Amino acid sequence: MTLIIFVLMIIALPFLTGSSYTLTVGIFAGINALVAIGLCILMGYAGQISLGQAAFYGIGAYVSSILSAHHGLPVIASLALGMLAAALAAVVLAIPSLRLKGHYLAVATLGFGEVVCVALNEWGPGGPSGFGDIPQFSIPGYTFSSSAGYFYLVWLTVAAIMAFSLNLMNSRSGRALKAIHGSELASSAMGLDVVMLKIKVFVLSAVYAALAGGLYAHYVTFISPGSFSFFHSVLLLMMVVVGGITNLWGGIIGAVAVTILPELLRQFQEFDVLAYGVILTLSLLFFRDGIVPIVINKFKKPKVEKGSPKIA
Amino acid sequence: MLEVKKVSKSFGGLAALNNVNFSAREKSINALIGPNGAGKTTLLDIVTGMTAPDNGEVFFSGFDITNFSALNISRRGIARTFQHLELFGDMTTLENIMVGRHSKTKAGFISSGLRLPFAVKEERETRLRSEEMLEYIKLGHRINDTASSLPIGEQRILEIGRALATEPGLLMLDEPAAGLNIRETRTLGDMLKKICSDMNITIVLIEHDMDIVMRISDRITVLNFGERIAEGTPAEIQENETVIAAYLGVDDE
Repeated sequence: MTLIIFVLMIIALPFLTGSSYTLTVGIFAGINALVAIGLCILMGYAGQISLGQAAFYGIGAYVSSILSAHHGLPVIASLALGMLAAALAAVVLAIPSLRLKGHYLAVATLGFGEVVCVALNEWGPGGPSGFGDIPQFSIPGYTFSSSAGYFYLVWLTVAAIMAFSLNLMNSRSGRALKAIHGSELASSAMGLDVVMLKIKVFVLSAVYAALAGGLYAHYVTFISPGSFSFFHSVLLLMMVVVGGITNLWGGIIGAVAVTILPELLRQFQEFDVLAYGVILTLSLLFFRDGIVPIVINKFKKPKVEKGSPKIA
Repeated sequence: MLEVKKVSKSFGGLAALNNVNFSAREKSINALIGPNGAGKTTLLDIVTGMTAPDNGEVFFSGFDITNFSALNISRRGIARTFQHLELFGDMTTLENIMVGRHSKTKAGFISSGLRLPFAVKEERETRLRSEEMLEYIKLGHRINDTASSLPIGEQRILEIGRALATEPGLLMLDEPAAGLNIRETRTLGDMLKKICSDMNITIVLIEHDMDIVMRISDRITVLNFGERIAEGTPAEIQENETVIAAYLGVDDE
């Protein structure tokens, strides 16, 4: 139901605004939302953490760009291979990192992000200054060159990924992810393959990020390692925390909020970064659970507390 | 059914288990008792693959399962509960039970995400059977409550229900009566007897509450300081002088 309203909103938006500036901001918000949904699953549901999500985003962007710009592959195929490359990278990251939890896992993923960023700087086409002439996104018979067209492409992808993810979370696999978050000990006693589940959830979030990276590269048609640095990983993390990591819609709301905010703050000119920081800090202080869970709780009837507090 | 042969385990210099033999008879309630620190939980951890023994072997239904992972042991049909509850606290009671059915079902990430017909059908069946299980353990009225919002007594029962959902041949309970009042303990005892006969499964019960142990056990094994000091029926154990000495201490004079 929510999903249908969401799709209707997507369809309506380009009719409400003629400005390509608004649509462009919307496209970036949608691209970020894809990564954020993956991060919500990884962090909010499975209880893992990633400070290197921008690396998967970068792998998707670079692989898809190089294959389509330099090797002449159709964009659809290069995008798919970019996602595959990110999936493999996620397996490589997940296997040694699986033993790690909390801060240690955070540092391992941070290190991974840095390694990828350095590799892109050193070996990526154009080195630190990046490269251009990346083909626009096209399917046979149609090139997504208008902002409205690309807006639809990105946001309908977000809707599809959202539908897939909501289904997944309300299934056997989603429950298993929540279970390993709750208790790894009990999960393995219930016959859950904790190691495999962790690998899978890393891969899933990496594939979402790589898909976003590809959509980004074929939209801006010029990429450089700077867009995939640690700073971007932190920004992605910020999105899911602001939106609320325990709800998939939190990823989308957070991505939209954090992407649009700097644009709204342009009028403060040189103080915009300051205002940005203050707003994000305040939102974390007062909406600690994120926007979406708080809104949901507002509308729900207050539940009567029963029983004893949690002991487990 | 379950055969633990000459199992030893020490933590640093402390011998938690020393050459312990333990067996559980099929389709009966086998209690494992002993003072604190006797090695009961360690033995359970070894059987369920949570701890590796230093020496000795564990056989289940004739198969050597020593050093199997917890995952493999669970899949072979041994389920357990935990002394310090390990429920999935943020999930509802129904979801907790549904996780128990994980290894009985197949749908993966992709088939679940795409809602393939077989995954939808399987999900419906899992829900149905989990609801039945929730009714069976008399927590049907708690179906939408999160596990952590339940009182301790119901949390213990829910953990047993979740273990039963894996359809085990052997159910190992680590102090299920801890934290329960007399009335709840009595209900628990009746429920365990009912489970044992309804589902034809073997139960190993670690418990300090002697009322429940004496009332429902078919056989009792007593551990003290990592050694097996007695084995027998409840009546035999109550008469056993070594056991009485271990529990009450002996007069030096």
